[in-house]
Amino acid sequence: MAKQKKDILIAGVGGQGTILTGRIIASLAISEGLDVKTAETHGMAQRGGSVITHVRIGEKVYSPLIPQGDGDVLLSFEKLEALRWLPFLSPLGTVIVNTQELDPLPVLTGETEYSSEILEEIESKVGRLIAADALSIDPVTKNARMVNTFLLGILATTMEFEKEKWLKVMEQEIKAKLVDINKQAFEAGWQFANK
Amino acid sequence: MEVKRVIMTGNEAIALGAYEAGVSVGCAYPGTPSTEILENLSRYEGVNCNWSANEKTALEEGIGASMEGARVLVAMKHVGVNVAADPLLTLSYTGVGGGLVLISADDPGMHSSQNEQDNRHYARFAKIPLLEPSDSEEARDYVGAALNLSEKFDTPVMLRSTTRISHSRSTLIPGERQEHEVTGFTKNPAKYVMLPGFARLRHPIVEDRLVALEEEAENSPLNRIEPGSKKMGVLCSGVAYNYAREALPDATFLKLGFSHPLPKKLVRKFASMVDEIIVVEELDPFFEEQLLAMHLDVPVRGKELFGLLGELGAEIIREKVLDQKIEPIEVRENIPGRPPVMCPGCSHRGVFHTLKKLKLNVMGDIGCYTLGALPPLTSIDSCVCMGASIGMALGMARANPQSAENTVAVIGDSTFLHSGITPLLDAVYNEAPITVMILDNSTTAMTGHQEHPGTGSTLKGDPSSAVNLEGLCASLGVKRVQAIDAFDLKELRSTIKGELEAKEPSVVIVRRPCVFLLTEFDAPYWVDEDLCTACEACIKLGCPALSMKGETAKINSTICTACGLCEQLCRFDAIRPAAEKEGVK
Repeated sequence: MAKQKKDILIAGVGGQGTILTGRIIASLAISEGLDVKTAETHGMAQRGGSVITHVRIGEKVYSPLIPQGDGDVLLSFEKLEALRWLPFLSPLGTVIVNTQELDPLPVLTGETEYSSEILEEIESKVGRLIAADALSIDPVTKNARMVNTFLLGILATTMEFEKEKWLKVMEQEIKAKLVDINKQAFEAGWQFANK
Repeated sequence: MEVKRVIMTGNEAIALGAYEAGVSVGCAYPGTPSTEILENLSRYEGVNCNWSANEKTALEEGIGASMEGARVLVAMKHVGVNVAADPLLTLSYTGVGGGLVLISADDPGMHSSQNEQDNRHYARFAKIPLLEPSDSEEARDYVGAALNLSEKFDTPVMLRSTTRISHSRSTLIPGERQEHEVTGFTKNPAKYVMLPGFARLRHPIVEDRLVALEEEAENSPLNRIEPGSKKMGVLCSGVAYNYAREALPDATFLKLGFSHPLPKKLVRKFASMVDEIIVVEELDPFFEEQLLAMHLDVPVRGKELFGLLGELGAEIIREKVLDQKIEPIEVRENIPGRPPVMCPGCSHRGVFHTLKKLKLNVMGDIGCYTLGALPPLTSIDSCVCMGASIGMALGMARANPQSAENTVAVIGDSTFLHSGITPLLDAVYNEAPITVMILDNSTTAMTGHQEHPGTGSTLKGDPSSAVNLEGLCASLGVKRVQAIDAFDLKELRSTIKGELEAKEPSVVIVRRPCVFLLTEFDAPYWVDEDLCTACEACIKLGCPALSMKGETAKINSTICTACGLCEQLCRFDAIRPAAEKEGVK
């Protein structure tokens, strides 16, 4: 395969599992002989704050941070977070977003409102938008924690690795008893994107 | 054997490096971004790791282990080095037995810190060598290099990481452990007993050592010139190297891995190869000022381009040096913020709600509970450093005795054991009638739930004796010590009011385990919408499970842990435990 650079941003809310998703992508890229760096958010933001994981893949990667305006894909576990991190994406980039809305505290307390028309704004400003209500799709309906691998399945369709390789790396990175349902979720994401 | 590249964080790599280099003792107090270093090191066979009460005791334990001949790693966040500075600066005089590496994990950008001090100054201040890795592979390699330098030059060595080293992942090939024999302690008072007479004899050794270390740095493989265009020379270290390498691929680089003492001959050689030098460094002009003092023949620029604040990145370097600015996608300005919040079921929430209601001055401390400063709880009035809450409350009472009637100090259990005991002793000794609240959630929560001397468990999870906070405070001479339930708002209110009136120091231990430590909860509460008047009393708790969208309050049943605080606040009986749902229409 061509050793192209790929800069992936994974956005979410502290505790949603952006770090694990980044690790799976990174493991696969390494096993394919590519260089990889990631940067993660730990510490205070993990208490329900806005978090971002950078994943950079290429022949040689220097900075672990994706420069603003440089990202190829923004994978967001939450709708508002996709909007917040959009400036890191290239205008030609792809946004993959779970349309779930998680109200931040200022919204819960009524101080402000959750932004409207987010998807419309994103679609008008990027190359491609793939929006999915992950929680409504099997097997995420059975286990909400499968949002991760469902979105990963969508992401995989925008990358050059074969599906089998994704499934293999998931076997290595995910606890044995959860592998099957994760594979189903990945498959569902893959199918969703190819619809 | 198949050689396999693996990917790991800088912190994991530092732990691996220590393991491979034969480290047999590791000590630390948790602090972002350093915490995972010791957690990972403790998983290796043959390494004795322990959480220490604070960074000073961690380093002192490390000194003892080194004197006994072991190779030692001591890890802390940047502000932790302030706590450990006392032993560090004299450790420089005594030198070591077995190699000792001090990891300072700095936090440019203050992702999870109260300041962004540049700890490279500590290496200069303590006159010890400084190593700065730029990725995980170097982080692993430099730990071994640091320990070799430590033993060769009889000095502690500082290895400085930053958030983007500690919490970024990159690849390396793991190696084998080289065992290091623990040789035992050799008495040597002239080296280890820093009486003035002996210390005076050690100081010239420190100065000579620095000269020898500079010579070592001149020839160290950790410092290298990467040839490129003559037009621009870039001098850098740490993660800034990677930002600059990406932004300025054509420049000639001097990459410093062994960055203090500065190898001046190498810098002069580098200067002779380029037309100008750009110093790319985060925070302070640590290299730039040293370069300017050398009066090089080429111009040196750095802080005039990049400033003194926060993190760098490839895009900043491109913009400032090459004037290439990417216009990022513009999005609307009014995106609601998503600040970190106390979790649903957090044991701190009721405390701060009560303190706000009582309109008190609240001297705060470092931990999850510092979030009590944010809306809607907005009730912490100061946060300076670990343990400061009690001393500040005492100082207020010294300045104005009446202040003790409307001031409390709040401090977590781990923070109290870290550095809250001594100021409480001051309060007893000086008979200051302050009120101290120890928020005991039985863990070091903010950094990811580490054990501490009060939890009854060690870093490795082995059972251990747990300090009794009531007994500890009583033994210091505090006569008014009591423990109350963090979820009982009435008791919280009446206890605090009572203790504020007391004319002597008092301690209120507010107790409930961190919600992260629990796995089972009662069924969630619910809102009887017929009774809810939308008065928003419950919303003022700032609980993520409660919202005020629409006509009535709502409870998110998927995240409610049934702590019951909101029920206690509802004057209309609209918030109900699940058990009552049957039969209610």
